[in-house]
Amino acid sequence: MNIVNFTPISAFLGGSLIGLAVVIFFVFNGRLIGISGIASNFLTSKNNRFDNFLFIAGVITGPILYKFFTSQEINISISNSFYLLAVAGLLVGVGTRIGGGCTSGHGISGMGRFSLRSIIATITFMIVGILTVLVKNLI
Amino acid sequence: MSKIISLVCGIIFGIGLTVSEMIDPAKVLGFLNIFIDWDPSLAFVMIGALIISSPFFHLFKNNKKPIFAKSFNYTTNKEINKKLIIGSSLFGAGWGLAGLCPGPAIASLALLNINSATFVVAMFVGFYLAKLSEPTTHAR
Repeated sequence: MNIVNFTPISAFLGGSLIGLAVVIFFVFNGRLIGISGIASNFLTSKNNRFDNFLFIAGVITGPILYKFFTSQEINISISNSFYLLAVAGLLVGVGTRIGGGCTSGHGISGMGRFSLRSIIATITFMIVGILTVLVKNLI
Repeated sequence: MSKIISLVCGIIFGIGLTVSEMIDPAKVLGFLNIFIDWDPSLAFVMIGALIISSPFFHLFKNNKKPIFAKSFNYTTNKEINKKLIIGSSLFGAGWGLAGLCPGPAIASLALLNINSATFVVAMFVGFYLAKLSEPTTHAR
């Protein structure tokens, strides 16, 4: 194993901002941030629909503001296989709803409350994610 | 006021994903690639988020109400069951395939990337399919 592309400072700073958003949402609105829950409830439930819409709009606006104020390009590299993206998106959509959360809901909001359910969910999706990448690299 | 908070929290969250580079699927796949070329950065994202948020959960746990809402509104589900493991495993497989989870996928729509959009549409189809299947699981 080699350590590559390690950026602990920007990772920690960005993570702290994510934590700050979680705290403000909790203390002021009384809700926990879980993106899969917020996004799927926006689609399927009338409860808090406008709040959920505004939150999602904010998540999309964030990178735009970052780019505007820092004048830095945001470069990402993403698969361009339609089938891989479609299958992965479906798995993420169905899986996070059956499992009740994603990296934010279980990984941060749940683990931050020391919820055993969320700790087990996080360990599970991390292990399966690691195995998926391992198998993908072997093929 | 709760509306403004929702928007502001979304923005801070989106900036956090950008600063930490979690918005880049290659960064996430680097974190999951622990056996070959490992990029441990994502662990520091989680540590940062947990160090900031965890103390507040415990400080405000016994508060009667949040500042702009009538009551706290979040799941108290503690059940550890097959659904949790199966759902989290399906999610992990999708995460490992594309390197995208829901937050970064939605944030990356800002970059007007057609591949991000494909993933997000499929993810919303997934949300909908899971919702459709819900009544039958309750009936059992």
